[in-house]
Amino acid sequence: MTINCLICHAELLPLLGWSALFLKEKPRYLCDVCQAKWERINGHTCKRCDRPMSEEDGDTCFDCIRWEKDAVWADCLTRNHSIVEYNDFCKEVIARFKYRGDYILAYPIAEMMKGSLLTIEYDFLVAIPLSTERQYERGFNQSEAIITALGEQSLSVLTRIHTEKQSKKSRAERIHLPQVFQLVERAVIQEKSLVLIDDIYTTGSTLRNAAKLLIEAGAKKVSSLTIARG
Amino acid sequence: MRFIVKNNRLHPVYEKTAQSFILSNAPSIPQPQMNTQYPINEDLQTLLQGKQLLHDDLTHPYELIQEHYENGYLQYRKSIAFEKNKPVCRRCGNTNPSLFAQFPCARCQEEACTYCRNCLMMGRVSSCTPLLSWAGPIIPPETIDSPLQWDGQLSAGQKKASNEVTQAIMENKNFLVWAVCGAGKTEVLFAGINEAIRQGKRVCIATPRTDVVLELAPRFKKAFPTIPIAALYGGSEDRHLHAQLTIATTHQLFRFYQAFDSLIVDEVDAFPYSNDETLQYAVQQARKPTSSIIYLTATPSEQWQGECRIGKRAYVTIPARFHRSSLPVPGFTWCGNWEKAINKNVLPSSVKRWLKERIDADKQTLLFLPKISNMKKILPIVQTLHPKVAAVHAEDPARKEKVLSMRKKEILILLTTTILERGVTLPNIDVAVLGAENRIFTESALVQIAGRVGRKAEAPTGTITFFHYGKTRAMVRARKQIVNMNIEAKKKGLIDD
Repeated sequence: MTINCLICHAELLPLLGWSALFLKEKPRYLCDVCQAKWERINGHTCKRCDRPMSEEDGDTCFDCIRWEKDAVWADCLTRNHSIVEYNDFCKEVIARFKYRGDYILAYPIAEMMKGSLLTIEYDFLVAIPLSTERQYERGFNQSEAIITALGEQSLSVLTRIHTEKQSKKSRAERIHLPQVFQLVERAVIQEKSLVLIDDIYTTGSTLRNAAKLLIEAGAKKVSSLTIARG
Repeated sequence: MRFIVKNNRLHPVYEKTAQSFILSNAPSIPQPQMNTQYPINEDLQTLLQGKQLLHDDLTHPYELIQEHYENGYLQYRKSIAFEKNKPVCRRCGNTNPSLFAQFPCARCQEEACTYCRNCLMMGRVSSCTPLLSWAGPIIPPETIDSPLQWDGQLSAGQKKASNEVTQAIMENKNFLVWAVCGAGKTEVLFAGINEAIRQGKRVCIATPRTDVVLELAPRFKKAFPTIPIAALYGGSEDRHLHAQLTIATTHQLFRFYQAFDSLIVDEVDAFPYSNDETLQYAVQQARKPTSSIIYLTATPSEQWQGECRIGKRAYVTIPARFHRSSLPVPGFTWCGNWEKAINKNVLPSSVKRWLKERIDADKQTLLFLPKISNMKKILPIVQTLHPKVAAVHAEDPARKEKVLSMRKKEILILLTTTILERGVTLPNIDVAVLGAENRIFTESALVQIAGRVGRKAEAPTGTITFFHYGKTRAMVRARKQIVNMNIEAKKKGLIDD
């Protein structure tokens, strides 16, 4: 069977050479052309949220300074890790994955995230939950799909109350979100390090809401890993 | 969504139990008898007749949809079926295993619900997704007495084709119109469509590209000003408009089911063979069992040309352009290993000479190249010859603007990939292909490219040159096709020069 690129359907030609012969081949999901369209976040970034910034601007971005000044939010989320910039290609892949429901794209996305996950110390991965209604509508939860594709299991400790779609809200509305998450399981997270998995870090308020709840419930540390920094 | 069978009827359920199943695993789908006492929802009838939609496409409550099924007015069909354990998408006809994937589905709670990636853009269909169609009586169409208000003149070639198209539509036959680029295919359809609508038939014109839908819709609205016309493409507003005349991209046909009495398929050659299969499937799904299909093309495939020759396929040719001048015949010029040359930042001398002649005469030109990488390489070289040079390709966001500035004569030489091979009419240009031997330049692509020259009556001539590093069969066949059309047109007295 020929293997095709999951984005452009071009045939993936087998790699030849000694490394292909002797080393366990990494799974390939995208052709070289599509793979090259990801814009990896390299260089100096905000130490909190991974936003790319210039060194003159210090080590924390303006938004994170604001978050951390606020006693309510300070130190809920230790660190966010993002892999790529939210460019047109990434936008298209995530839209196809999440809104069109092309589940299999979780695999190339997770493949990009694997390296970063290795650098984080954690006890459990936690998916950002969807409300029951939204999950029925989409058919699957994109965060859980990424965790499955990472070869791990999501710890189901959160649920979500049904509200309007995030992407339809303005920045101000998103920053001051009421708590939409609920905790269903307290014992298992005590003194544990958790990593929240999601597709994009945009304003960071969804992740902070979830992190705050988990920290207040007794988690030791909560960080997050997302494919894109929007 | 899962189902159970109760009283020989399907009932949707949401829990996974031993009795409940997903639709693709149903051995058969019972269809209840029509209950004539049932008060049908006319909105649902309008939306669903001649269609195959998903629950997600409708805003009606699931219960209302189920009620219509139980009373025999609505049909549930499998969207994904398994034939010999292999998935088949019943909406788009996809059978390519690499275009299916599986996911743990929240709707049916199966760990591996199979979905089709080929028609994902039309809303995901998976093993548990029912296709919804109307099974009751359809709303009778209004008959309109001769809605055509067009007073243009048809050429002799068009007139003949127009008569035969009308006859094929009336007799529900399949028919091919093989018309050269610039023959005026659209006008040939008017009489046939007029007759069909007069008799209350539903007609659809399907074309591969959104651009063409947007270009055709106003022309048909002008010719048929009194009837509603639905223009369908990704994101169009007419999605739920039930019209007697529909102009749609071929993709939109996936939403139709036994809808049309006459289906007109424009540019059948526009897609490579692989996509052709799902297109053919969509056409078969969208037509009524008794209906006509009219195919329009400037360049039928080799197989179709053969079928025409031995009389297996009914067809008519329009061998000459509307302006009665013969088609420009491509010239072949060998240019050596041009790829090696441009990698050294040198233009092959024959190409350079050809471009210089055009620059000196201030004549606008299109230069086709096989690959984007070639184009990027050659652009700076050509720019040393003249400042007004630009390049376009499929992923170029400024594509439309560049074609527009070409039209405004702000660009003298436009480099392009095959993206401009069809649909673009620029007056008074010369055209060349560099690397015509590349396999991307099929016979049909080359005929289309040659068809860009001499489109307008004011400037009916121009040159078309294939620069190559070895002649191909496609090049020879393309030239032969053009020469044959000119001979035929001459014989029939359709050209003057």
